[in-house]
Amino acid sequence: MTARRIRIRGQVQGVGFRPFVWQLAQRFGLTGEVRNDAEGVLILAAGPDLDAFEAALLAEAPPLSRIDALESEATTLDATAFIIAASGAKGAETRVTPDAATCAACADEIRAPGRRQGYAFTNCTHCGPRFTILTGLPYDRAQTTMAPFTLCAECRAEYENPADRRFHAQPVACPACGPRLWIEPEAPDPIAEAARRLLAGDILAVKGLGGFHLACDATNPRAIDTLRQRKHRPAKPFALMAPLSLIRRHAALSPGAEALLTDPAAPIVLLPARGTLPDSLAPGQSTLGWMLPYTPLHHLLLDAVQRPLVMTSGNLSGEPQVIDNDEARAKLGPFADAFVMHDRAIARRLDDSVERADPPMILRRARGRVPGTLPLPDGFADRQVVAYGGQMKAAICLVKNRQALLGHHLGELDEALTWQAFLQADADYAALFDHAPEAVATDLHPDYRATRHGTERARRDGLRGIPVQHHHAHLAACLGENLWPRDGGAVAGIILDGTGLGSDGTLWGGEILLGDYDGFQRHAHLTPGPLIGGDRAAREPWRNALVRLDAAGQGPRAERLFPDAPLAMARMAAERGLNAPLSSSAGRLFDAVAAILGLCPQAQSYEGEAAMRLEALASAAQDDGHPGYPFGPGLDAVPLITALCDDLDASTPAPQIARRFHRGLARAFAAQATALVEGGQARAVALSGGCYQNPLLLAETRAAIPSAIPVLTQRITPANDGGLALGQALIALAALESG
Amino acid sequence: MTLREERVTLAHGGGGKAMRELIESVFLSVFAPPGMEDQARLTEAALQEPGARLAFTTDSFVVTPVEFPGGDIGKLAVCGTVNDLAVGGARPLWLSASFIIEEGCEIALLRRLVASMAAEAAVAGVRIVTGDTKVVNRGACDQVYITTSGIGVIAPGRDLDARRIRPGDVALVNGVLGDHGATILAARGDMMLSADLQSDCQSLGALMEAVLRAAPDTRCARDATRGGLASTLNELAEAAGVSVELDETALPLRPEVKGMCEILGLDPLYLANEGTLVTFVPADQAEAALAAMRATKAGQGACIIGRATEAGAVPVTLRTAFGGSRIVDMLVGEQLPRIC
Ligand SMILES: [Fe+3]
Ligand SMILES: [Mg+2]
Ligand SMILES: [Zn+2]
Ligand SMILES: [Zn+2]
Repeated sequence: MTARRIRIRGQVQGVGFRPFVWQLAQRFGLTGEVRNDAEGVLILAAGPDLDAFEAALLAEAPPLSRIDALESEATTLDATAFIIAASGAKGAETRVTPDAATCAACADEIRAPGRRQGYAFTNCTHCGPRFTILTGLPYDRAQTTMAPFTLCAECRAEYENPADRRFHAQPVACPACGPRLWIEPEAPDPIAEAARRLLAGDILAVKGLGGFHLACDATNPRAIDTLRQRKHRPAKPFALMAPLSLIRRHAALSPGAEALLTDPAAPIVLLPARGTLPDSLAPGQSTLGWMLPYTPLHHLLLDAVQRPLVMTSGNLSGEPQVIDNDEARAKLGPFADAFVMHDRAIARRLDDSVERADPPMILRRARGRVPGTLPLPDGFADRQVVAYGGQMKAAICLVKNRQALLGHHLGELDEALTWQAFLQADADYAALFDHAPEAVATDLHPDYRATRHGTERARRDGLRGIPVQHHHAHLAACLGENLWPRDGGAVAGIILDGTGLGSDGTLWGGEILLGDYDGFQRHAHLTPGPLIGGDRAAREPWRNALVRLDAAGQGPRAERLFPDAPLAMARMAAERGLNAPLSSSAGRLFDAVAAILGLCPQAQSYEGEAAMRLEALASAAQDDGHPGYPFGPGLDAVPLITALCDDLDASTPAPQIARRFHRGLARAFAAQATALVEGGQARAVALSGGCYQNPLLLAETRAAIPSAIPVLTQRITPANDGGLALGQALIALAALESG
Repeated sequence: MTLREERVTLAHGGGGKAMRELIESVFLSVFAPPGMEDQARLTEAALQEPGARLAFTTDSFVVTPVEFPGGDIGKLAVCGTVNDLAVGGARPLWLSASFIIEEGCEIALLRRLVASMAAEAAVAGVRIVTGDTKVVNRGACDQVYITTSGIGVIAPGRDLDARRIRPGDVALVNGVLGDHGATILAARGDMMLSADLQSDCQSLGALMEAVLRAAPDTRCARDATRGGLASTLNELAEAAGVSVELDETALPLRPEVKGMCEILGLDPLYLANEGTLVTFVPADQAEAALAAMRATKAGQGACIIGRATEAGAVPVTLRTAFGGSRIVDMLVGEQLPRIC
């Protein structure tokens, strides 16, 4: 008989891995033990066929686990049985898994006769709340918001039986011992009452996993309008929830989309709309955001209404999602006709993640994805750093044990509650991961709240502060996600973005950066134009259109297009540099073109509306083989605007114009990046920045780069500022090592 | 005495006869300080009162253009220093005035500025008792810079101090915000926005006296000059160890200023004021303070804009019309765009 010491690394704690090993050990007749420790799971096993055992470990691992490495070595062992050993005290079980959607077994259980029939808090080792209920480490029930609920005898028996799928499932509960559901105003059957109200057109506040939702019947235009009015949200798309069978009726489902919807993370997935539901769900958009029910409560609600529901975050305009019952009553009172409440507290606010399947990309990284970690590329030493990200779509990144933890989407940091959430997340992640950084990375922009916080922390704690240029960080995030080695050589980064402060004090955002983690050159950029009114220009697309039209000698057209806008004053401000800083932003060029085509020229009602509508418009056009609008030397946008205006005068349909713009922009940047690779200055092309969340722009760029050239894109971290902190952290690590 | 020249020359700064002529003709004839020594010797009955304290402040004034709707650099130089004294609870009494003059500056302009200073000093009840002039090469300054210093007397028992602000105290302003900053910007940009838009430049001594009489437990006051109300409130909140919550719907803004801020993308909370103060008073004296303000010329647009709370995560927040809460920061940089 042989014995082995088997080390397993990856996401292997809190996912039922030890009972899984125990069960395999029974099957293979092994003796020994399995335990959690700081590095993952450690198995000492003796038995007749350890090769087959190891193969089964890899092949049959629990659904929520992810094995990054299995390292095996011979050892000697003297054991008479196979046991699950208690965790070592210190540094053990530092991994927390993300929250996971209700598994098939639990979903069946709540619909079948039995003690959990109709129970809204059913879960097991393979599903249920994790990070949203966690209050401390190690992850066990006492350190979750399940602590006040004492296990009944039946639940305890399940919890203690290694053969049960609830073995050590910390949030295990049943109607006898677990959280309770109710509705306000009070009714005897909360689910039936909620369904009755939803079907009658009411708006409900529903307490979910990471926060409250506002729900209404997605097939009822009146209910949708009411919700829009009450929420002061005229056009921003609403997320929808329905079972797969219902989604299929309203959306074209690719195999990739179906796989993503049914992933345990249960993100919102943007799917092409079929026009079967009211337009007011997502005005001017070609997609709808869908998610599956991911808690038993959702399953019960959807069973009862048998139709898709709007499930939008429950918050005041601009504020983060409400998580507390009293807060919900106070704040959502004006929006909601009734409240579906429960008494399991939410420890941590997590928005729904938003993703695309085709091509795979993540737009907002939160519930179900966080706190998942990413391995570092080769060439980085094992050091600890923290990076504080951007001002918009803030997210923090911690590096430790050669893993990067990119924290959850927080939002815009000038919002007071979001700022509190940022401070909480900072303290929270540091405590949970026992983090002691030697350096703090921030953006270059001194007035990002995250920058101030990081600078202040570096000063206070005597840490090295490392400011990172915004688009360099976008580039490094893309490299890092793709495990581009530190010595992999320079790449040509096409960074198409909103705005970020450049090393020269102007605002950048339409860049070709040549470099890697250790440094960069600004190889080329869009011709700068003034941002008239600073951040106002990001809200009011006409300002960008005016600048680009004037530059192209199309001033009179601006007067025709925007007769009510204060053009004279705006021009004066641009000319005299009165709050009109120069920017090479690609995002603002999208806004300019959108406004010329009449898409929300006066004001965007939500961030990115103009660009998203332009993309939707372009996606509706057939490819007519047009090569795309031309750019002048030095990525000058004047020829593009001139050609676009000619098309307008020739009555070319707006969708074609939108499409030609996407293609022209993509080809102009792709050509320059390709030349860098072909000239031997760069080894690959990397695409990042917020504009690359636009799948058409991404596809056009890829198509314009010869297939022999490697193209790196972001799929599991956001290409927008949600991924910024990852890039900052990697650049800071590189800076630490080069002294 | 008259001057033959129309413009200031370097000779006017040379220390000789030309300088003497300039000083006597342009400055002394108007300010008429007591005695002709190079220093003012002051006597004041109020100083003899036991417990009375001297207040002393100084400020330099640089503004382009030097004349603007609602005022000029001379009026500004008087109001600025008078207001610094007044918001500290002092009765302003005496000012000094120093002029840095660019070679080539029009004598007529200097005369207008001096007349304007004298007029405002009369309104504010202060005397300009000493001063100085220097002439610098063309291009070394922009027409004229003025430095004023001021002395006032704080009556016994008066103790205005930001550290006295308590949670629950009410914040009041005496009128609309941002008029001065908006006026200067409009003047600089040749924006003929509105004939009504003019600087709020005014002395606040009488207003402060009225507030202190009506609300004797007034905690403190501050004139919201450079950096605007936002910066002033941040300083006060930090000093007091409280937070301040503003109500967006209560902020007094002239439609012209609001419109201009919208076009230029500026936040009126950060625009400079030159005759606007913010004061914190106990909640039970807020109505009295408000009424007293409104009864003065400089306080007709007075209103309550917010209140102090227990110290929170940030010093100053703005409760918005939709009920959300925005952070009102002290600016580090030059308000560069942050939306990515
Ligand atoms: Fe960005
Ligand atoms: Mg001063
Ligand atoms: Zn389950
Ligand atoms: Zn139970």
